[in-house]
Amino acid sequence: MAKSNKPLLWLPFAAGGLAAAFLLPVLILITGLLVPLGLMHLPYARMFAFADNPLGKLILFGAVALPTWHAAHRLRVTAHDLGLGGGLAVRLICYGVAWLMIIVSAAALLVV
Amino acid sequence: MSRRPYLREVKRSWWLGQRRYLFYMIRELTSLFVALYCVLLVVGLVRLAQGPAAWDGFVAAFSSPLGVLFQVLCLIFATFHSVTWFAVTPKAMPLMVKGEAVPPRAIVAAHYAFWAALSLLVLIVVGV
Repeated sequence: MAKSNKPLLWLPFAAGGLAAAFLLPVLILITGLLVPLGLMHLPYARMFAFADNPLGKLILFGAVALPTWHAAHRLRVTAHDLGLGGGLAVRLICYGVAWLMIIVSAAALLVV
Repeated sequence: MSRRPYLREVKRSWWLGQRRYLFYMIRELTSLFVALYCVLLVVGLVRLAQGPAAWDGFVAAFSSPLGVLFQVLCLIFATFHSVTWFAVTPKAMPLMVKGEAVPPRAIVAAHYAFWAALSLLVLIVVGV
């Protein structure tokens, strides 16, 4: 069988789709409605304590990195569907921005 | 080789013609809003690492009317992604138990149950 890098792309893609489906709506509900309406608060001390904990770091990293990768992969395919080509430029933009976001979030979590 | 294969022309607006194509494209575009909200999350992590003042500024920014408008849009598209993702799961990953196919409805229902439980857990953990 021919070797392919597809599984390496697909596993985080599927995990990202799942993470986005399960986690993002409730996160957006909190930051987009509950906090602005004053029904919930996100004080620095509690957020810091969560991000300071190794398990908290892992959860936050997964919640950001997985959906980011998922969206990048799908945006690349959608660009192709829209006739923008599936070439190197589209790949570089989609995966490049995704990698940048993933690295920045990892760095931020290590600094916290 | 003088062979010239026939390539059917594809217009960029091909997905506007049929409802199911339009539905497909709306679903694909949910990933744009997933990506944009992820940018907000990345900014949040950076602001958290920068300290209390930066974090409070970040909270104020996403709580502004413009921030809320943007996130309501994100919430609509993210929920659309969730619902369609769960709907397609039994087709993408059919499950067999003891040689019997698990009914697709049961798989979808299990996803909704887990979704509700996890969302509640997040609300409790963040809210306490």
